[in-house]
Amino acid sequence: MLPTIKKTVNKLWSRAALAVLATMLPVLGLAAGMNMPEGVTEISRATHQLHMTIVWICVAIGVVVYGVLIFSLIKYRKSKGAVPATFHHSTKAEIIWTAIPFLILIGMAIPATKVLTQVYDASESELDILITGYQWRWQYRYLTEEGEEVAFFSNLSTPDEQIYNQVEKGENYLLEVDEPLVIPTNTKVRFLLTSADVIHSWWIPEFALKKDAIPGFINESWVKVEQPGVYRGQCTELCGQLHGFMPVVVNAVEPAEFEAWFAEKQAAAAAIAEMANQDWTLEQLVAEGQTVYTTFCVACHQANGQGLPPAFPALTGSPITTGPIEEHINIVLNGRPGTAMAAYGGLLNPVQLAAVITFERNALGNSVGDMVTPVEILQIQQAAE
Amino acid sequence: MATGHDDHHHGPAKGITRWLYTTNHKDIGSMYLWFSFAMFLLGGTFALVIRAELFQPGLQFVDPNFFNQMTTMHGLVMVFGAVMPAFVGLANWMIPLMIGAPDMALPRMNNWSFWILPFAFALLASTLFMEAGAPNFGWTFYAPLSTTYAPSTVTFFIFAIHIMGASSIMGAINIIATIQNLRAPGMTYMKMPLFVWTWLITAYLLIAVMPVLAGVVTMMLFDIHFGTSFFNAAGGGDPVLFQHVFWFFGHPEVYIMILPAFGVISEIVPTFSRKKLFGYDSMVYATSSIAFLSFIVWAHHMFTTGMPLAGELFFMYATMLIAVPTGVKVFNWVTTMFKGSITFETPMLFAIAFVVLFTCGGFTGLMLSIAPADFQYHDTYFVVAHFHYVLVPGAVFSIMAAVYYWLPKWTGNMYDENLGRLHFWLSFIGINILFFPQHFLGLAGMPRRIPDYALQFADFNMISSIGAFIFGFSQLLFLFIVIKTVKGGKKATAEVWEGSHGLEWTVPSPAPYHTFSTPPVVK
Repeated sequence: MLPTIKKTVNKLWSRAALAVLATMLPVLGLAAGMNMPEGVTEISRATHQLHMTIVWICVAIGVVVYGVLIFSLIKYRKSKGAVPATFHHSTKAEIIWTAIPFLILIGMAIPATKVLTQVYDASESELDILITGYQWRWQYRYLTEEGEEVAFFSNLSTPDEQIYNQVEKGENYLLEVDEPLVIPTNTKVRFLLTSADVIHSWWIPEFALKKDAIPGFINESWVKVEQPGVYRGQCTELCGQLHGFMPVVVNAVEPAEFEAWFAEKQAAAAAIAEMANQDWTLEQLVAEGQTVYTTFCVACHQANGQGLPPAFPALTGSPITTGPIEEHINIVLNGRPGTAMAAYGGLLNPVQLAAVITFERNALGNSVGDMVTPVEILQIQQAAE
Repeated sequence: MATGHDDHHHGPAKGITRWLYTTNHKDIGSMYLWFSFAMFLLGGTFALVIRAELFQPGLQFVDPNFFNQMTTMHGLVMVFGAVMPAFVGLANWMIPLMIGAPDMALPRMNNWSFWILPFAFALLASTLFMEAGAPNFGWTFYAPLSTTYAPSTVTFFIFAIHIMGASSIMGAINIIATIQNLRAPGMTYMKMPLFVWTWLITAYLLIAVMPVLAGVVTMMLFDIHFGTSFFNAAGGGDPVLFQHVFWFFGHPEVYIMILPAFGVISEIVPTFSRKKLFGYDSMVYATSSIAFLSFIVWAHHMFTTGMPLAGELFFMYATMLIAVPTGVKVFNWVTTMFKGSITFETPMLFAIAFVVLFTCGGFTGLMLSIAPADFQYHDTYFVVAHFHYVLVPGAVFSIMAAVYYWLPKWTGNMYDENLGRLHFWLSFIGINILFFPQHFLGLAGMPRRIPDYALQFADFNMISSIGAFIFGFSQLLFLFIVIKTVKGGKKATAEVWEGSHGLEWTVPSPAPYHTFSTPPVVK
């Protein structure tokens, strides 16, 4: 009986030692390239440096502590005839192993404080961008004083067929958007972050920038990107059903290229204002509305208009979409307080609003036959102001 | 009624009423333990749904909303249903036996604190079958996702939390009353077993913070039903206030789940090292320091909310400090084994694994305390790996160690050592395959609480899921071993272990229904 137990214990030993070693090897993952990126900003490199320093401190402490542990487990086994010592107390040892970790912590706290102070200095920015989180998309608004305002939504562009495994997944699966945020390189860009509904969090690992977007608050952060490129991240605060499907994509370009892009966006914004004054037919509005609906409404009301009751009501045959148009316009513009239905009046331009309302009344199985024009929407909005 | 005088010495009643009406600390302890094991399997099932969905990129089994329900329910059930009641069960069984008390100080309240728990969890789990679905806002239920934007079942969740809180507060009052009043003559505070000490401190933490949790869910209730705007920015409220109140509860809560584990390990390591615990006094002081620090570090969960720089620095420094007393504990355990005479029975295997893997969780905790680095780690799988390392091979392993350690005392039978060791190795290997790769997923940029992920995360997620299934199914072996031991096995002696120490080993195995009717004298 005794030798068998001995043998088992010996076997367990080698296994234990192996397993401990295996868990002790952060190097394993690092070798596979799964580590915090160094990134493309001064801050991100400093953060990476902090991370690696603390990793190696932990590894060093681990080697000592696990070393003594493994040594004890091998050397002081009863099966090897170990006789227990009787000591159980040493004030000197306690003081030493309280003091040494304390000193190590001070050594860590100093560089961490330096980096943190730098992160918090968002002063003297050259470009300000307001980032607003929505369920489940980001809106970017460039806060410039001259010319037409540039603001747009950035939506996930990965098709459902990829998500539901019907076609092969693309290279940037879930990390791609219809329109990325564009910023100039080597420029101090300040972000102001807020949210229109629940809390979101805006993260680009390559910038070491993660900040919560909180309703009622405006948080600030900044970045100065050194290399042009496309940088990808995700929302990191649970924000409801499609939390996993609201990527952050930033396209950093040379300042000259940024200026050109921005001028183009301003011109496009002016063109949209112009479009509102055009004559629109019902068919044109329904066609335009289909795009708006697919981007902004399907997550809750579904592609076929059936919704997901009881949280998200059906639009097909609903008293709102088939009743008086005034009430329909009111809900789309002002939302439904206390529900997930947001006020789209401030989010979409008059053309999009007129189009999506007309679409909802004349598609999705509804055929009311009436319509509202962008000009009428503008008038309603102006009257409300 | 001539037989009336014998009533004080009878054994347990027969049938279901024994369990319904019992005021016996051993019966109540057993019920807590069985209940927590049932919740462990339920919460584990939710976890396996999560890991099955994450086995491959793309959506395969569940829709994103149900996925969120699973992460929420997994967290709630494991924290409030599995880990906390398991420790209360151990406290019920062992504290009276360890301090030489005849029972808990408040036996009827003890019965009540247990029996409201199944109702709380029935209330919570019933939401899974409702049209609006179960809570889907994460176990941290940040407002306004959990208020304005919550499914209607959030009200069930609020009342379930209230009942769990009432149960915990009553349990804590009972434990404090027992430890402070019913210690055997001669057992001064500094002679109490460490498990008793850590539980005393834990009970005070519970009394301090469970009312805060009750407060925050009541504020939610008012926001949802009575038109207040505590957390609603549109009404002048403050969503960040929610996080402050929640984490003022939440951080001490994580120590509530780990301090009794420290106690268990401090009992087991000396037994199987055949050597007294090294640095008993410093263990008590370290536990107290950790408890104190737990109240002033809560906002390290909120580094990305945009606190002022001074706030970030304060919470960063305070959090880093926790490493000091925690380190003292680990050093003491290791030094206890140093120059001992060690054997490797199942409880010791789990205890050693605890020391090794909890320390891993401690290291990542230290990393997370560095605020600028936390901006990168926060809300990623790195955090998931961190808190699972302290909770699973930490708290859960300590509970398993405790069960193997005291099972012979409870049942009078020895468990099957070979099966116990098999259970340990499957769990140990499973857990590391499950959680170790998650560190790298987080560092490489995978957020937590997502049902689908970018392709660069595919390999490590698959490995992690395989580990989850190994670990999950190994627990059925645990169930089998425990049932087998309850039914029979080699008879245990009173001492059970060669190196055992403490009053619980002076009563016969199985421990009689009533013990220490006459208090023992401790020298």
